[in-house]
Amino acid sequence: MELGFFLQLLLNGLIVGALYGVVAMSFVLIYKASQVVNFAQGEFLLVGAWVCWWLLTAWQLPFWAGFLVTLAFMTAFGVILQVVVLRPLIGEPVISVIMVTIGLSIFFQALMKWMFGVFAQPFPSIFAADQVRVLGLEVQSVYLLSLAISVAIMLGFWWFFTYSKHGLAMRATAFDQQVAASLGVSVPRVFAMSWAISAVVSAVAGVVVGVVNGVSSALSFYGIKVFPAVILGGLDSIVGAVLGGLIVGVLENVAQWLDAEVLNWGNMYQIAPFYALILILLIKPYGLFGTEAIERV
Amino acid sequence: MAVMTPAGDYRTTYREDMTIFPTLGSRVALWAGIALLCLAPLVLDRYLLHLLINIGFLGIAALGLNILVGFTGQISIGHAAFFGFGAFASAWLHDVLHVPVALAIPLAGLMTAMVGLVFGAPAARLKGLYLAIATLAAQFILEDFFARAQWFTGGVAGRVTEPFGLFGIAFDRDETYFYVVLAFVVVMFLGAANLMRTRDGRALVAVRDHYLSAEMMGINLAYYRTLSFGIASFYAGIGGALYAHYLLFVSVEAFNILFSIQFLGMVIIGGLGSVMGSLMGAAFMVLLPEVVQGLANLLAGSPIDRALRLGASISYLREMVIGAAIILFLMFEPDGLAHRWRLIKAYWKLYPYSH
Repeated sequence: MELGFFLQLLLNGLIVGALYGVVAMSFVLIYKASQVVNFAQGEFLLVGAWVCWWLLTAWQLPFWAGFLVTLAFMTAFGVILQVVVLRPLIGEPVISVIMVTIGLSIFFQALMKWMFGVFAQPFPSIFAADQVRVLGLEVQSVYLLSLAISVAIMLGFWWFFTYSKHGLAMRATAFDQQVAASLGVSVPRVFAMSWAISAVVSAVAGVVVGVVNGVSSALSFYGIKVFPAVILGGLDSIVGAVLGGLIVGVLENVAQWLDAEVLNWGNMYQIAPFYALILILLIKPYGLFGTEAIERV
Repeated sequence: MAVMTPAGDYRTTYREDMTIFPTLGSRVALWAGIALLCLAPLVLDRYLLHLLINIGFLGIAALGLNILVGFTGQISIGHAAFFGFGAFASAWLHDVLHVPVALAIPLAGLMTAMVGLVFGAPAARLKGLYLAIATLAAQFILEDFFARAQWFTGGVAGRVTEPFGLFGIAFDRDETYFYVVLAFVVVMFLGAANLMRTRDGRALVAVRDHYLSAEMMGINLAYYRTLSFGIASFYAGIGGALYAHYLLFVSVEAFNILFSIQFLGMVIIGGLGSVMGSLMGAAFMVLLPEVVQGLANLLAGSPIDRALRLGASISYLREMVIGAAIILFLMFEPDGLAHRWRLIKAYWKLYPYSH
């Protein structure tokens, strides 16, 4: 295999992987703050992208306005979901919480299909789509933009959790809810905020994917692809989520190439991350950066 | 306390304490119920029979999932893949190896149990949400396997199979196949009810209630978690095999994640940790889309129908209703239909003085 082609694979993997990293980060955010495994993460992308698409096509809003309205909508969406559906389930067994998010997932998936149909809809073209040469590789400018947005979101997360008051409150809550509450942190508000941030960030990723590939129900698969990424990185590590996302992105592309060249099994692009997932669970279930749960009787 | 008994405890032996049907009433109800169902093909029309058969084989698979989720406290998001494996295994055994269908169905159950044990190996170490994610991976890997393993599943074309036959009689119509499903339902449900009063069954419940205490009492956690996964897969395999010889065609696309979620929905709606609840949940899941369809038909042609495009998007509506049912049950009736049924029975038992 020639080097240039390999680099191209790697770059494609990193671009998609950065998006996985962003979604995985917002997944981990919810898990860390409120101990909820959100199987409806992909639907955040889906809902966000469809709402933005609808605002741009049906209402002819300029992109920046539509985008801002989408973000506002997703904030409300995340808060309402948390308050109405998840809050009554605090203290219920993990199966109930998992099942509720699965229920939400199929509900919103079907709702979006009902409202917007099953066919992929292209975004009105916002950015001139042309090829850029980076280090001798052909890259579409939208891909570069998506990479830049992913990196910006990651930096934003880093700033938020290191310096902002709310970010520190969230970290305190994740560390110990009772201590945080006794120091004046409103735990219910932190829960709601984590869902809102997670929904907004996922929606940004959804819009980015929508701009690149068109909006369709395939977007919700990002929510499933998140699992290999977060398990690889460790369920409660934001850095791990980003790294896991990048690895999964590269793994997919390399697996697809291997499949086309050597194995001829077909569909490895979708399935390879899940083989990796099973392996990691067998060898090191807490991932690269996750905290190992130690149980004492 | 699964079954209501008359006031006062007159049981003097362990045997009486452990019996599945403690009162004369419950035994009579059981036999009367089976006898009534035996008459069903003579009375009901084909469509209702079709629904009952569906409830039967889905109920068997749901019971398996309930043993895993409700009794052992493990979770699986890949049950439909095992159900599908059972369907393909039975069809493959019959069509390629020429095993008679009556034998192929139990064998398919065993094969599925083997596959379940392979994927259940992580279950020995994992629990809760890690296991949920591992089974999610199993779902996708098995689905991919179905699409790829031409020799086993017939690939994208699917596999055509033959109806159930015994002693030269072909059970190829709804009226006759109903009895086959009924027989399997009775055997499998009695089997599960019996399992729960054995040493192994109690061990499973102990693992669910407090796995650390269970381990300290000498219960081998890894063994029982894997065993529970194997049993669940066995039930799924039997259910799938019955499905295969009912539809006579098994397609690769049928066993997707939505189907797995439906199984979880059946277990939750029916009632976690309730044997009969599994059947109620399956009935609910089968009848719910029919109700949705009925409502849509009722509204057909009305302005609401035209505005919302009900007719064209009925399949999405069904999915939405399933999702909403799961959410609402978890929020408002987390113990499921079985609990509601117990409350109704208790109400009549205590009728004038219910408080």
